[in-house]
Amino acid sequence: MTEYIVLSAILFTIGCVGVLVRRNAIVVFMCVELMLNACNLAFVAFARQHGNLDGQITAFFVMVVAAAEVVIGLAIIMTIFRTRRSASVDDASLLKY
Amino acid sequence: MAEGAHAPVVAPDTGAGGVFELLWLVIALPLLGAVLLLAVAPFLPGSARAAVDRHGHLLGTATAVASFGLSLVLFLSLLGRDAEERQVGQHLWTWFETGSLDVGMDLLYDQLAALFLLLITGVGSLIHVYAIGYMAHDPRRRRFFGYLNLFVAAMLTLILSANFVGLFLGWEGVGLASYLLIGFWQHKPSAAAAAKKAFVINRVGDIGLSLAIALMFATFGTTDFGDVSAHTGEASQGTLTALGLLLLLGACGKSAQVPLQAWLLDAMEGPTPVSALIHAATMVTAGVYLVVRSNFIFELAPVAQTAVVVVATVTLLWGAILGCAKDDIKKALAGSTMSQIGYMMLAAGLGPVGYPFAIFHLLTHGFFKANMFLGAGSVMHGMDDDVDMRHYGALNKAMPVTFLTFAMGYLAIIGFPGFSGFWSKDKIIESALAENLLVGVLAVLGAGITAFYMTRLMLLTFFTSRRWEEGVHPHESPRVMTVPLVVLAALSVLGGVLLLGDWIVTWLEPVTGHAEHHEPPLPAIAITLLITAVVALGVAAAWFLVGRREVPREAPREVSFATRAARADLYGDAINDALVVRPGTGLVGGLTLFDRVGVDGAVEGGSAAVGGLSSTMRRVQNGFVRSYALSLLGGALLVVLALLAVNLG
Repeated sequence: MTEYIVLSAILFTIGCVGVLVRRNAIVVFMCVELMLNACNLAFVAFARQHGNLDGQITAFFVMVVAAAEVVIGLAIIMTIFRTRRSASVDDASLLKY
Repeated sequence: MAEGAHAPVVAPDTGAGGVFELLWLVIALPLLGAVLLLAVAPFLPGSARAAVDRHGHLLGTATAVASFGLSLVLFLSLLGRDAEERQVGQHLWTWFETGSLDVGMDLLYDQLAALFLLLITGVGSLIHVYAIGYMAHDPRRRRFFGYLNLFVAAMLTLILSANFVGLFLGWEGVGLASYLLIGFWQHKPSAAAAAKKAFVINRVGDIGLSLAIALMFATFGTTDFGDVSAHTGEASQGTLTALGLLLLLGACGKSAQVPLQAWLLDAMEGPTPVSALIHAATMVTAGVYLVVRSNFIFELAPVAQTAVVVVATVTLLWGAILGCAKDDIKKALAGSTMSQIGYMMLAAGLGPVGYPFAIFHLLTHGFFKANMFLGAGSVMHGMDDDVDMRHYGALNKAMPVTFLTFAMGYLAIIGFPGFSGFWSKDKIIESALAENLLVGVLAVLGAGITAFYMTRLMLLTFFTSRRWEEGVHPHESPRVMTVPLVVLAALSVLGGVLLLGDWIVTWLEPVTGHAEHHEPPLPAIAITLLITAVVALGVAAAWFLVGRREVPREAPREVSFATRAARADLYGDAINDALVVRPGTGLVGGLTLFDRVGVDGAVEGGSAAVGGLSSTMRRVQNGFVRSYALSLLGGALLVVLALLAVNLG
């Protein structure tokens, strides 16, 4: 049981650090997915521990939201790449003070 | 106040009928003239308007004369009634009614009002006639006559009103008319400033009167002369004293008594007929009327009566001293007006003994002072509007009618035996001596100073050497100006007949109350001789100091302190400045500063702080997604830590 949670924490931390340090939008995006799946793992593990289906249902919800998010997110990244010739998240910094 | 003394209750007979039904017309006629000349005429089409501009003065004069005719008829009818039935009232309409307050447009025509009506409409008509000539070349003559009519209507409202609220309406009306007429030549900055000054100082007095009216409402629930006079006995001493002092403040403002005297000399900026009508014969005496009319209050407030006497004594000397040093003929006369009103106030402050003489002197003063002001106007007319007496000299040949009529006024004011002023001033001084020796002696002194400055004025203007320049051609004024002068001169000489058989005392007794006569310290004839001797001394002093010497065309600069002080109006303006204006300006400056620094500072500082903070804070929005993610993470961590701390701790 603990192993699942530890794995989930490790995956989440990797994703989190990836989001913070990487510039490439695609990589950042993949790291976000990694964090979501780390959460899913934790949900499923806890559902198993408690012996009910709440966590598993939530995991399904997360997957659906993640799928929708991928569709929109990738579309945005592609559009930005087309206009700016770059996929770096630091270059898309016009929306500021 | 004598034990048990109570002023007569005002109880007008409202159903007199007959000619008394026309009482309202006395006010309505000049008011109609004012409305036509001021409110209707400007909206007429071109040619009709030009006709009104050309002939409007005739309309204005006609309404005044008609009003005088009606007053005369009313007076004769009143004479025909029994002494007990000489108070006639007329209820016109209810002015306003709210809760327990009920103020009616009521008129009261009694012995006091009758005399005032004759003075106002009579002298007023003469001055209207005179002004036809005096203002002949003024392009705004129609407006001038409109203002004059407005003044007469307001003054009549003041006198005829049967309650203090109506009196206040007239009081403010004459204030307005006075303001408009002092500033009639508004293109002169000095005239505009003088009008403003008169208006502002009068406001101070008006505060006193309006507070007195409010206090009357609070105490008696009414301001009707009849109801108030019937219930003064029930009010507390403190209330009555406060009422008396507040009324005195009002009277001081309108009658230019110390300490609100500073406006009168500047008011001479107005056209001379205005000075004669408003600032000598009628409006400035409204304060005396107020005190005499409120006798039912003053009778029960001895402190207020004493205050009246003190104010009056100071003013009569103050005005006389000013009159001695002024070279401007109108200002010298204005100082004299102030001083003579001081005499009237003095008499009014003495109680029932003095009231009839206050009114008597008011009437005779109305005649001779109007006469002299109009005479001064006639002199100015002939001297190209020069007012400096040092530029006159030896005008008695050039203007014989003006000189002779002026001389009648002069003899009346100094109290030459037989002339009107002699009788009226003599009676006042006699009563004053009987009441209080010091006040009486000061009044005698005032008579001496009066003789001095009036003789000086007379000598500088009509005698001594000729000092006018080449190119000035003094000439007699047209008939339309000299006829009123002659009539007024006759009245100045003969005004004393009112005292025949103590007529005026008996006539006014139902209004002012019966007087307990105190025996003066000297027999009456001795007092008369004493006054005449002091007057002769004043005349002689003027002859030695002015008449025998060469008069310089320019006022000498090396003069004594006393002369300098008198020339500066005894520092009246400086005192006002130091006591009122400068502290007021300082207070306002302080408040402005507090408003700017304190209130504005807090508000503007607050908004500046928020603005500054937000412009610093917006730097956080740097556009880098990763830094947003970092703060998001930090926030999430904080929340988790907080939850942990709460749950575990």
